Amino acid sequence: MSTLPPGSYVAEVTANETSFETPEHGVTPPHFSAIVSRSPGSLAWERFRSDRKTVVAAVVVAIYIVLAILAPILVGLHVLDPYTAHPSLINDESLPTGGTGISWAHPLGVEPGIGRDTLSRVGYGLSLSLFISSFAAVISVTIGVVLGIVAGMSRSWADTLIGRLVDLVLSFPQTLMLLALSGVIIGFLTGTLKVPAGDPAQATYVIAVLALFGWPPVTRVVRGQVLSLREREFIDAARLIGASRARLYFKEVLPNLWAPILVQFTLILPAYVSTEAALSFLGVSILPPTPTLGNMLTSALQYATGDFLYFIIPALLLVIVVVSFNLLGDGLRDALDPKTNR
Amino acid sequence: MIAFAIRRILVGIVMLLAMVLVVFILFFAAGNPARDVCGKFCTPEKLKQVTQVYGYDQPISEQFGLFMKGLVVGRDYPVDDKYREALAKSNPDLVIHCPAPCLGYSQHDALTVNQDIVKYAPVTLSLSIYSFVLWIFFGVLIGVLAAVFKGRALDRITVGITLVVYALPTFFIGTFLLQFVAIKWRLVPYPSYVSIADGGVIGWFSSLFLPALTLALFYMAAYVRITRAFVLESLTEDYIRTARAKGLRTRVVLFKHGLRAALTPLLSMAGLDFAALLAGAVITESVFNYQGLGLLAVTANKNSDLPVLIGLVIVAGAAVILANIIVDILYAYVDPRVRLR
Repeated sequence: MSTLPPGSYVAEVTANETSFETPEHGVTPPHFSAIVSRSPGSLAWERFRSDRKTVVAAVVVAIYIVLAILAPILVGLHVLDPYTAHPSLINDESLPTGGTGISWAHPLGVEPGIGRDTLSRVGYGLSLSLFISSFAAVISVTIGVVLGIVAGMSRSWADTLIGRLVDLVLSFPQTLMLLALSGVIIGFLTGTLKVPAGDPAQATYVIAVLALFGWPPVTRVVRGQVLSLREREFIDAARLIGASRARLYFKEVLPNLWAPILVQFTLILPAYVSTEAALSFLGVSILPPTPTLGNMLTSALQYATGDFLYFIIPALLLVIVVVSFNLLGDGLRDALDPKTNR
Repeated sequence: MIAFAIRRILVGIVMLLAMVLVVFILFFAAGNPARDVCGKFCTPEKLKQVTQVYGYDQPISEQFGLFMKGLVVGRDYPVDDKYREALAKSNPDLVIHCPAPCLGYSQHDALTVNQDIVKYAPVTLSLSIYSFVLWIFFGVLIGVLAAVFKGRALDRITVGITLVVYALPTFFIGTFLLQFVAIKWRLVPYPSYVSIADGGVIGWFSSLFLPALTLALFYMAAYVRITRAFVLESLTEDYIRTARAKGLRTRVVLFKHGLRAALTPLLSMAGLDFAALLAGAVITESVFNYQGLGLLAVTANKNSDLPVLIGLVIVAGAAVILANIIVDILYAYVDPRVRLR
């Protein structure tokens, strides 16, 4: 069973609730049939379901994901149009006519200045921001998990080396590094690697630096988990039958780490959405006219008092997505690992 | 204890060397630094001159050696020996001596990086200390209150607010405070930095209020949540029950017994966060246009002023490594179990 993630074997057990064969729970006497043996997975699901806050967060996250997938499709079908200017909807003070410019054609109004549709821009921007952040989060978590497993399983110099590497990366001030490296690395991307300048190069830069500086916390968490896993019997058993190192690491240990990996991913993603926004503000992320949540928020800053709706919409979307992902991550952690009562 | 401290300091020095090396590789291996520094309107003559001033044509190992030499004993610019000697005869003012610990020379600012940093440091230092005091005081206080009233309205509202504040980008909070609190509602005067020498302590204090608040809010949100968690954890300990059973007052139990256990990890985190700020609050300083190290970094990035960027990154990293050493040693002093590891 050790090679299976707990969740997959759990499903069978819950389907057959009076199963007497689950070894962890012992044999249930027949006349106590009211007592149902429950797997860790079904317990976790129970905890997750009873936490109203987390369920709401999960629903919001799901809506965001659907929106993020739909937006580029709708743009492709010309339902959403984030690029066309509507100068007729802009008055002499370069603000939308009638305060916000809300109409059937533009449900969230138009952008001050040149009058592009706000709904299309936030939709498309949200999609890009989430795409960039999740891409970077996948890379970070992959690096973090691999290094965490290696550090946790090896009882030698590899552990020390990775530990020092984590300390080293953490001692770089993040915002400053992301800003300072932009010129050099974007130059490298467009010059040596021939990435097209503009959006592709900027996006690659953001993903690369987020991934490069984001993995240490994942490594720490995973290493901690591996330290306790490696003392378990199934690891000894695998060693005894002569499993190779790669098999031990990735077939025996890795499947038991899906819970912390999922939690880490859910917590890293919103942090990256925020960081992308900060990078946009500093002008080193994707630049307008291509919208991201960050550069919309940045362009909205100058209309803080002039067009409050336009100022607040990207910020609201950003706060809701970050808060929901954080709540979901915390809730998942509580549900999957009841020992950590934060 | 002393052995632990010495070991920790040695590790710190190795880390610092590794960091300088990594910074060098990141900034130099990736591209053509002379080309970057030369800028958008680069002419062949200017490119040649930049290369001679900075010695960018030498192998990277050579440059790394020169940089380390500069840190320890100082160095002279321009780097190219023949060019410098010729310049010393024809135009001695253009030869710059950069005393140890030399972080580099900014041709753009016509200052050594050290002079640049000293020039911009007061604002950053003021801002960091101010916001540090704000966030520690209010963060810990509100965190303890939230823990005491766990599950009740006060706790729920506090936790909700911290979640939102934590999620809001700093530049959004800063702009909001600037545009509404200072400009539209005129609740505070428009913020612009006043040094203690110019405006006295009160002038200095009030000139920094909005930026320090902006910077502190993010950390405050984080520290409320951390303090709350730590205090809640420590309140379940047996010695708290003992203290209560002895008949001590709630306030004494809370602040003398409960908070004390939470304070050690909290302060070690705070030390590291403070050190990370010393490189400049890049975003806050940009929003309020305060001439601190963060704004220096933004300007240097705009001008492709590589030496300044490298200098700032190294100073910032050194601050964090130093803070790590101090925190570790203090921790070992407080908690003897740490020394054994």
